[in-house]
Amino acid sequence: MLALQILIDGFAISALYALGATGFTLIFGVSGVLNLSHGAIMVAAAVAAWAAASVFQLDSYSGALVGVAIAALLSLLTYFVVVQPIQRSNKIPNEEKEIFVLTATLLWGIMIQEAIAYFFTNNAKTVLPIIEGVVKIAGIRTPANTLFTAAVCCLVIALLWVLVNRTRTGKVVLAASMNPRGVTILGFELTNVYIVVWIIYGVLAGIAGVLLGMFLGVSSYSVGPLTASAFSIVVLGGLGSVSGSLIAAFVVGYLETFTAYMISPAYRSIPALLLLVIVMYIRPQGLLGRR
Amino acid sequence: MTNFFKSPLFGISLILVIIAATLPWYVSGYILGLLTVAYYFGVFAMSWDLLFGFAGEVNFGPTFLIGTGAYTAGILNNHYGLPMYPCIALGAVAAVIAGFVLALPALRVRGPYFGLTTLVAVLILQSFIVVFADLTGGEIGLTIPDVLSIDAGVNYWIALGFMVVSAAILFGLSQSPVGLVLQASGQDPVQAGALGFNIVKHKLAAFIVSAFFSGLSGALLVFYFGTASVGTVVDIAVGVQVIVAAVLGGRRTVLGAALGAIFLIVAGEFLRPTGELATFIVSAVALVVILFFPGGFLGSVLSREARS
Repeated sequence: MLALQILIDGFAISALYALGATGFTLIFGVSGVLNLSHGAIMVAAAVAAWAAASVFQLDSYSGALVGVAIAALLSLLTYFVVVQPIQRSNKIPNEEKEIFVLTATLLWGIMIQEAIAYFFTNNAKTVLPIIEGVVKIAGIRTPANTLFTAAVCCLVIALLWVLVNRTRTGKVVLAASMNPRGVTILGFELTNVYIVVWIIYGVLAGIAGVLLGMFLGVSSYSVGPLTASAFSIVVLGGLGSVSGSLIAAFVVGYLETFTAYMISPAYRSIPALLLLVIVMYIRPQGLLGRR
Repeated sequence: MTNFFKSPLFGISLILVIIAATLPWYVSGYILGLLTVAYYFGVFAMSWDLLFGFAGEVNFGPTFLIGTGAYTAGILNNHYGLPMYPCIALGAVAAVIAGFVLALPALRVRGPYFGLTTLVAVLILQSFIVVFADLTGGEIGLTIPDVLSIDAGVNYWIALGFMVVSAAILFGLSQSPVGLVLQASGQDPVQAGALGFNIVKHKLAAFIVSAFFSGLSGALLVFYFGTASVGTVVDIAVGVQVIVAAVLGGRRTVLGAALGAIFLIVAGEFLRPTGELATFIVSAVALVVILFFPGGFLGSVLSREARS
């Protein structure tokens, strides 16, 4: 009984983590940027969806759309305001650009977080579920929205796969991750590729944020832990490897759910963190990473 | 090194320190209290800069070292009734051990992986503090029975003296041959290794020195506050503040990091009337500095001097 419960809850949480981490790893793979404002963008999406539904009286579908749109917008802003100026700056030595991007996106995330706290308070917000009601699976009462969350995550990840591997735009993105210079020689504007990638990232983070807001609820305090969990999943899976991130998301998601049910919710994140340290020690490039 | 004593930087620092030392005679206890905290933060930021600016290692978890020092000192004082000074010394020792433990696995990896390992160390420490609440006071914090001094002026002088001594040692180290080797191994580890320097040993040493000063400063800070809590010495937000201070003041300058820390703390206090927007404004200012003046306060001044 409990095992089934863990299986269902863990699947939903893992699928959410996978969605969030996929966008994160995509950005890294294509433009080498680790975006530490990730958690802030997810929370902004959830809060926007909540505000649209409860302040502006929209229905939950439109609310979710508003949330995703806000995330895509913020993601583009992140690129134009924070990342691009650093990448183009001639005052920052190339080998230090990485740390500058990390610090700058971290500050940017704090700014988003504080703006949310200022306008919408620090209180936890739960986005109204899109599908109401409860479903019984083999005697386990599960909110229908949990299943919906899992389904949407899987669908979006599948769509992403099709987009990257089967469409022209996707192939350009893929090529840019392998050889940016080659792509420019073929006549593609690299900035446009980056814009596409950041929009894809924003949409993914937005969907993950809105779904998380329905599933667990978010507050501006969730920003740090969300960024940290995406970062850990991506590193655990191997930076830049999408399939690695997916596997890692399920490992972390199930480990956390298992700990929360079997030991205590207070210990929830500890085993995953310890696992990460062990993996860092034995296999620094992550599960599926290349060196 | 001898050049430094003739440079204007030395003269300016000396004058600033003398002015700072006379402050308790004419400013209010409130400002002294503020600066006291700022000086301890200055030491955090300087030790961080030694690791990042010179060894080239992005340590996202300065609070792992600070928190270990602070909590070790606090727990020994609160639960075992050890006198204050041994507690502070043991806090620093604990931080050095923590730095060693962190450095061993962390030095095997580079760049973002290293950053993440240090970040995770903070999260683990934070979880342990919350889980072992009987020992650590959990989320509420740990009360420390002893205090450094009840006089604001004396507290201020202790902090100032501590910062000046730490600054002298850390700056001296950064300008010494050891500092140069560190800088070389941070910028091009392969070439530095090829020149026959033991990079791992140097980086480990940098880690230990950084940990020592972070831990010592953390332990002193809790004896000044009279409490140790996650929010003041462990939280990632505190670590971010340390990093921002160092980058703002000018990385690879050591002294700039202290200036950045003082600026951050004082600015945060001045902006207090704006309420929750204070953090937003400070972060925005820091972001602008990073984007447009990547050298930071001291970095811009020094490079202009070097050019002229």
